[in-house]
Amino acid sequence: MSVSTRPEVTSSATADSQRQSARVTRLYSRRSTLWWPPLVVFVILLGVAYLVALYYDKVVQLPYLIPYPHLVLKEFYGDPFFTPLLYADLLNTTQVALTGLACAIVIGVGWATLMSLAKWIERSLYPYAVILQCIPILALVPLIGSLFGYEFLSRVIVATIIAIFPMVSNTLFGLQSVDQSQRELFELQGAGKITTLTKLRFPAAMPSIFLGLRNAAGLSVIGAIVGDLFFQRGTPGLGVLIQVSTARLNGPGTFAAIIVASLLGIAVFLFFGWLARVVVGKWYDFG
Amino acid sequence: MLSMSTPALMKPSRSAASSGTLLDFRKVAMQFPNGTVALSGIDLTVNRGEFVTVVGPSGCGKSTLLRIASGLETASEGTAEVDTKRIGYVFQDATLLPWRTVQDNVELLAELGGVKPKERQAKAKEAIDLVGLGGFEKNLPRQLSGGMKMRTSLARSLTLEPELFLFDEPFGALDEITRERLNDELLRLFVEKQFAGLFITHSVSEAVYLSTKVVVMSGRPGSIVGTFDVPFPMPRDPDIRFTAEFAELVGEVSHALREGHS
Repeated sequence: MSVSTRPEVTSSATADSQRQSARVTRLYSRRSTLWWPPLVVFVILLGVAYLVALYYDKVVQLPYLIPYPHLVLKEFYGDPFFTPLLYADLLNTTQVALTGLACAIVIGVGWATLMSLAKWIERSLYPYAVILQCIPILALVPLIGSLFGYEFLSRVIVATIIAIFPMVSNTLFGLQSVDQSQRELFELQGAGKITTLTKLRFPAAMPSIFLGLRNAAGLSVIGAIVGDLFFQRGTPGLGVLIQVSTARLNGPGTFAAIIVASLLGIAVFLFFGWLARVVVGKWYDFG
Repeated sequence: MLSMSTPALMKPSRSAASSGTLLDFRKVAMQFPNGTVALSGIDLTVNRGEFVTVVGPSGCGKSTLLRIASGLETASEGTAEVDTKRIGYVFQDATLLPWRTVQDNVELLAELGGVKPKERQAKAKEAIDLVGLGGFEKNLPRQLSGGMKMRTSLARSLTLEPELFLFDEPFGALDEITRERLNDELLRLFVEKQFAGLFITHSVSEAVYLSTKVVVMSGRPGSIVGTFDVPFPMPRDPDIRFTAEFAELVGEVSHALREGHS
């Protein structure tokens, strides 16, 4: 190697790292300015909630419809009957959602991989993915109940059906979005379909798969709760808890269960966003 | 040995080897299924020790020429013979896999060819040093400049120890300074590794500077309108670019380009 080329190499590398550190600082300063506006909004919303609760308590005189926020908060730690129930049901719903998500991942990725192998397979199978997406799931739920019972299995099936479409479409999109010249690079080396799939298409599809995963995770929680609302038997989850609390005019309980369900949705969304950054964030910007 | 897939229509002909011809196109024509005629009546040879550059306006089919040579496309007429399995191909962009480090990217082709890890690591290390990227083995492509990406791409092909090196406008997207530097690097590699080169470009001065022979193409359908031997010796002095002889040859080639274009 001639010495004359080194300055170009090193200087451009330092320029790159400088640009990168500049971006990092920008990111941090953006984050530090980002945390307080939502907090202000939260405080305002809390105030509004108290006002509405006061209105329902004193004017409408139905305090259980909109309970005071501190009463809702107490359900999370201080209700000897309700608090254990809340966490037990959260656990059940989480189990259903995660099992459904796992099924959606396995079936969805397998389905998309199969379709990516040949155009004719894609043409044969893709319409069914769309159809599955178009079926109003609520219309299907009673049938699933009568076919598979009203317990864990049916709940998981509902969660799977709701969560599967983003897995199929994102995986397929990712597998097909590989650069043509990269594919030709593999072709020139005589790489077979399987090698191309494992060494090129799958890694290249990872960012897209993770985006699908994040959406599917949120949907699987929705699916688990929808399933719960319909299937009252078996181990109950948050859906049942919300229904029962409403029926018993337990306002604070209803709100606590709704909040926990929302937090579960947010938690899985954040978790898979974080996982995506850990796995592919090194080489891919999720923006 | 690293093996290239041998495309069906390019069975190596041993007869050509004796004369030192690595690539032999006779009356090659290319018509795409949609009716577009990309190439017609192309006669082109690349011998051992030659560095042939093809210049032509964009859309004249010069990339198609390269794709036929590599086996990515099959000529619809004529014979296209390539007398080696060791072909390097450098694409317009670096085509690095963004999730692989420089080291792993350079190892890729050997890996696909079934070379054992120890052996391909050594090959990659050697190629990385050869293109001046020593110390950047652990970097990801996103951390590299455009010129460094292209060097990585070159190193990747070098691991195949190619006898015939095909370049599809590899430096077209780079700035002038980086481009000239990489041209010098390429010439050094050419002298050192003694591969034969077929280089596509739309820059006339790059063509004259790099090659032993310049082929001028005109478009629609792509055909050869002129061939120029470049008399300057190898290894080439970078300052040759500022001599009158160099300017004169660039002028002649540019003239042929314009004639063919009108």
